Amino acid sequence: MTKVDENKEGIKGMANPTRYGIERFAYLLMRLTGLGLLAYFVAHIYETSNILRGKVGWQEFLAITQTPEGHIILAIVIGMSVFHTVNGIRVMLGHGGIGVGKPARPDYPYVPQSQNAKHKIAIYSSIVLAALAMMYGLAVMFGE
Amino acid sequence: MRESVIMKIHYGTALASVALVAVHILFRLTQGFAESLQYESVIANYEFLPYAGMLEIILILLSIHGFNGLRVILLELKQGPTFEKSVTYGCIAAMALIILYGSRTIFMTSMGMV
Amino acid sequence: MTSESLPISKEESRIIVSPTKTITLRIFRYNPKINNESKFDEFKIPYQRWTTVLDAILEVKKHLDHSVAVRYSCRQASCGSCGMKINGRPALACFTKISELNSDVITIEPMNNFPIIRDLAVGFERMFSTHKKIKPYIINEVSEINPGTKEFLQTPEDVEKYIQFSGCIKCGLCNSVCPTMATDSSFVGPQALAQAYRYVADNRDKGKDERLKIIDDSHGIFRCHFAGSCSQVCPKGVDPAMGIQLLRGYLLGFRD
Repeated sequence: MTKVDENKEGIKGMANPTRYGIERFAYLLMRLTGLGLLAYFVAHIYETSNILRGKVGWQEFLAITQTPEGHIILAIVIGMSVFHTVNGIRVMLGHGGIGVGKPARPDYPYVPQSQNAKHKIAIYSSIVLAALAMMYGLAVMFGE
Repeated sequence: MRESVIMKIHYGTALASVALVAVHILFRLTQGFAESLQYESVIANYEFLPYAGMLEIILILLSIHGFNGLRVILLELKQGPTFEKSVTYGCIAAMALIILYGSRTIFMTSMGMV
Repeated sequence: MTSESLPISKEESRIIVSPTKTITLRIFRYNPKINNESKFDEFKIPYQRWTTVLDAILEVKKHLDHSVAVRYSCRQASCGSCGMKINGRPALACFTKISELNSDVITIEPMNNFPIIRDLAVGFERMFSTHKKIKPYIINEVSEINPGTKEFLQTPEDVEKYIQFSGCIKCGLCNSVCPTMATDSSFVGPQALAQAYRYVADNRDKGKDERLKIIDDSHGIFRCHFAGSCSQVCPKGVDPAMGIQLLRGYLLGFRD
């Protein structure tokens, strides 16, 4: 089937966060952080299984992860998980119809109620909290 | 299983794991981050059975949540009965594998088999 | 009173003529009956403060290239025929003024996620079929035509609950912009889901459970992730994102 048969935008359209506001950007970030966290989760399960190799095996693995690069990766993971959590709670509440406004007779210029300040503030808060958590994490890891 | 039931599980596992992962992280921070990662400290954590139990629960919750999320993303990217069945069963298999592998670590370490 | 008895007023011309400027229209051209190649044709069109994109396209058809295929009808954002992608964003051509686009070049393409018939005209079969799937009519055993029954009564408050969603003109802009529809060919789409809510919220309707069962599917309501782009582009203030989340509330147990 050629592209123009269905004329779907494809991944470029799905992953394009521009033109439609912060909510679209939050949707994309949610997907990216989810995939990133899944990858980290699998790696973490493998990483912690090194405890079964005894003290020597564990120390060997710590030598790989307790490095500046390891700390930066962990800081990114901290940021991803805070954003995914806070935005996830916003999305969960939104999915239940909470904070999306009340149906009413629309009037020009037809500003959508569901794209309201509550959700925008929640999205910006999740980004800010993620950044703060990353900074705290970096301070803890590099401070020792 | 109906999609609404799957998504209720998805949301439920998310909320439960937020609380438990917060406890898991606090364990690392209250002891001092680098200190808490030392071999003896980690072994002591595993041998404290309530903590080991909590880790097991986190493992199950996050595996379900993570791989269901991956299933949703993959289902949206490509459609077709064969692909969709493969994605669904593949994610369930990956979920089971990760849970088994992680449980092996938790069980053996907490029983002192290291 | 005859016209002779009325004084003739002195007319002073106070009409301010909007200066005519020129804009370049880049129109997507594609004719599957000739070949599978698509291209953009450029046309320079004069426009004024009130010129809409549709006016400009019709100007092209009138004077420059009559073969440009475009669907339009009411020219007043009532029929939903002229949906297209204007500078990368789905909009109704009759409802978009060139002066508001703040661009010297306007790129006009057919809506995404709809198969192209030719140039700017797209096929609506999929949207109509997803719309039909959710049973877009009042489901009620009691009928007004039964003898002895009266009309279904609704208070203004009852009407307020669904009237917003009944404003849908089936333009397809929401389906075009939806990130899920960009990749998922089986997704029901924001238009159908919002219309499902329109009927579920109508107190004359008794088909809520039937519709909830239809949308409780692996490509149903749960493939909506509240990106909200559908509501951003809706020209009639339907706010499909609101309708979808309110509808999902029923399935998740947030509402009865």
